[in-house]
Amino acid sequence: MKPTNIFDPNYFHKVVDCQWACPAHTPVPDYIRLIAQERYTEAYMLNWDSNVFPGILGRTCDRPCEPACRRVRTEEKPVAICRLKRVAADHKGDITPYLPRVPTEKNGKRVALLGAGPASLAVARDLLPFGYEVHLFEKDPFGGGMMRTQIPAFRLPADVLEEEVDLILGMGVECHFGHEVTSMKDMLDQGFDAYFVGTGAPRGRDLDLPGRQEVDDHISIGIDWLSSVAFGHTTKIEGKVIVMGGGNTAMDCCRTARRLGAESVTVVVRSAFEVMKASEWEKEDAMSEGIPIVNNRPPKEFVHENGKLKGVIFECVEPVKGEDGRLRYEPTGEPDVFMECDHVLMAIGQENHCPWIERDIGIEFDKWDCPILDETTLQSTNPKVFFGGDSAFGPENIIWASAHAHRAAISIHLMLSGQDIKADRPPEGVNLLSTKMGMHEWSYDSEHDPAKRYLVPHADKDKALANIKVEVELGFDRELGAREAQRCLNCDVQTVFTDRLCIECDACVDICPMDCITFTENAEEEALRQRLTAPASNTDQDLYVSGELPTGRVMVKDEDVCVHCGLCAERCPTNAWDMQKSVIHVPQLGSFAE
Amino acid sequence: MTFVAKPRVHHPRLPVNEIGLTRRDYEGAVSTLCAGCGHDSVSAAIVQACAELSLPPHRFAKISGIGCSSKTPSYFLSRSHGFNSVHGRMPSVATGANLANRELYCVGISGDGDSASIGLGQFAHIVRRRINMLYVVDNNGTYGLTKGQFSATNDKGSTSKKGKPNLYEPIDLVSMALQIGASFVARSFSGDKRQLVPLIKAGLMHRGFAFIDVISPCVAFNNHNGSTKSYEYVRGHSESLVAADYVRGGSEITADYEPGTTEDVRMPDGSLLRLHKLDRDYDPHDRVGALDHVQRCQAEGEVVTGLLYVDPNAGDCHEILDTVERPLNSLGEAELCPGSEALDGINASFR
Repeated sequence: MKPTNIFDPNYFHKVVDCQWACPAHTPVPDYIRLIAQERYTEAYMLNWDSNVFPGILGRTCDRPCEPACRRVRTEEKPVAICRLKRVAADHKGDITPYLPRVPTEKNGKRVALLGAGPASLAVARDLLPFGYEVHLFEKDPFGGGMMRTQIPAFRLPADVLEEEVDLILGMGVECHFGHEVTSMKDMLDQGFDAYFVGTGAPRGRDLDLPGRQEVDDHISIGIDWLSSVAFGHTTKIEGKVIVMGGGNTAMDCCRTARRLGAESVTVVVRSAFEVMKASEWEKEDAMSEGIPIVNNRPPKEFVHENGKLKGVIFECVEPVKGEDGRLRYEPTGEPDVFMECDHVLMAIGQENHCPWIERDIGIEFDKWDCPILDETTLQSTNPKVFFGGDSAFGPENIIWASAHAHRAAISIHLMLSGQDIKADRPPEGVNLLSTKMGMHEWSYDSEHDPAKRYLVPHADKDKALANIKVEVELGFDRELGAREAQRCLNCDVQTVFTDRLCIECDACVDICPMDCITFTENAEEEALRQRLTAPASNTDQDLYVSGELPTGRVMVKDEDVCVHCGLCAERCPTNAWDMQKSVIHVPQLGSFAE
Repeated sequence: MTFVAKPRVHHPRLPVNEIGLTRRDYEGAVSTLCAGCGHDSVSAAIVQACAELSLPPHRFAKISGIGCSSKTPSYFLSRSHGFNSVHGRMPSVATGANLANRELYCVGISGDGDSASIGLGQFAHIVRRRINMLYVVDNNGTYGLTKGQFSATNDKGSTSKKGKPNLYEPIDLVSMALQIGASFVARSFSGDKRQLVPLIKAGLMHRGFAFIDVISPCVAFNNHNGSTKSYEYVRGHSESLVAADYVRGGSEITADYEPGTTEDVRMPDGSLLRLHKLDRDYDPHDRVGALDHVQRCQAEGEVVTGLLYVDPNAGDCHEILDTVERPLNSLGEAELCPGSEALDGINASFR
């Protein structure tokens, strides 16, 4: 193998598994260290800079970072990254001195944002400090989009939401609330310099089964029902409730119904438990509230009598793994099951729906009704119109909206300052800075903490179930937060090897607790992976290969399970190993000002 | 050195040996030697060898004298017995330990100061007596603990860190061991575990006195240009004559060698010592030839390594003395103290 180019911004970025997995590339270990130092405000701002909604995401994020966490590979459970984000938000001080200054004199360019959800808000935040005049159009009377309408208050209290939404609105957004855009053509006629569509995936899927039309009053679309609860139009639900679907919306529906007085709530899913789309912890929370989840039951028919829903008939299937490794569902032969109910909440997915965008104004859509976009720039086929969030590529989660927003904001800025929105994008970069402070002293806590993941305390169950506004998770306090922060392996403090300094004394090989380091004859990657002290079977993780050493061998380090304890560098007599903090520069509009 | 202990966390797929232990279970306390010290590599090689042999750590007696080398028994096999003795007197304590309990694996760790200077007399006599043990000398040619004076194994003309040459002839412990009756004599290099680990395994399983002289560079005081015990010099001037593999069950062969150069030597316990002659003309069973070759190479500034001499059937001190078959601590009072009549009988036999 060729020597590794550690100055390729992606090389060490990939080693920081959490940051690499985060769509917005939040510098996770960096903010966790700040939490450990009780510098909550700085930790919050580091988050705010990259993911825009730390308080909201600290409660609701889908956490792609956690399954990626190195702890999953070295021990068992990941660092509770999401909960630590919330610690920063809960304990932060005054952030105003850290906020970007918004010029009072505008630059003369006007940008329209459609929809006041996370994507549009994040674009507004990125653009405002650059002097853009930003107009926000929203059909509801408030900002926040799906974060307000679809996430129940027991998971995301209104004051947390409002604080972060209002912060952006207060930066000088021209708000047009209660203004439903019914024609994109009209919008284009208003002559904005650029348009950003962040209207989400607002249409919940329906199932056209026998009996569906006859009992329309007893069947609600999950996201519409949650939204009506959020706005206070729906305050109770009576009788027995069946929630259909296995995603996070289904979990929110069943837990909301439980709180609004349903006699019983059951979740029925057509697929197997393991493949349900809902996050692990959402399933656990629903079940701990006494809500049964019934799997492998596709619905067949709505049973009704005199216009009143009596129940639903479900088929019985079982998952069978096909030759291609995919699950198929085959009937078990058992008789169909009838489940009694008075109300059905349908949470079986949602989709893009833009009937208000005329199809003759240069914005093209694909066969799934998604706009045709450039993945990097998020520009549609109409150069002035950009998309982001769920309206771009279909339903994702909030963190993706932030990530899209950064990309779109860069594109809009480049376009409106006469530059090429592809060629002139700011590059990614990496800075490496030694953490050595003296003999055996590093500017990070290098010691490995074997502690198990700490559990987040929950509110008293009876109290939580009695009031939809009581937040279930209480979050870590400072003490627990500090302890959990110690579990972070500091994967952004990199083991950097300088081959010309190495005397091949083997000290690093002997001291490495994870058997990551091998000195061996070079070979092609596949052979080299087998040749290591501990064979490197995880091909998702790179090998760090040095240049040739005096004995003709090379140093090979498997990045897979390195715990960044720094012992290789402590044991190195010649400083051939050094622990260097990698700072990954992820392009963002703020990058221009750096 | 570091004061940060090696964390207990280990590779998720770390192999478990025949007695259910991982290599990490054979480690010891955190080393306080200088970073990069060859001695730490020797300790790591002992850890690896014992783990691969699936030997129970609590059946070891680790004995050492004084010096950097003699600190190292703390850094491996923390679950075993140990005795850190007086300077140069490790052989006496090892002799006593082995005579008292012949069932323990006896490992002596010494250095060039401990064995070639203050303890030279003790070294010579433990070789003669063929105590059943593995005797390892961490040989760095310098007195590291007292800041880098030449030791007795330092080659004439080799320079100090400040550039002053050594004026005295070196003592070669390998030659001494060959001359006075060691039945297993090897030399290796701390920077070459591929050679060192199999030698330690073979030495541990050898019945009789097994001696390994390990050139183990001192990074602080003897790893400069002009030193003949530096990483660079040893790598540039060493030649491996015979590589060894300790084989149980016959399927653990790891390296390919030229046909016709491999020889299996049956050990008294039935296991095999597989020798790979890297120099076709060298005979590791010829004591006088080995001595001659080692001396000739030394005169040319070359360092020969590998298993230089082995006689698996030479036997040990217990056979010479015809001692009791069992460890003394397993004998009852009647056997240990047969009474004055028995003593009278013994005394009478000498009259």
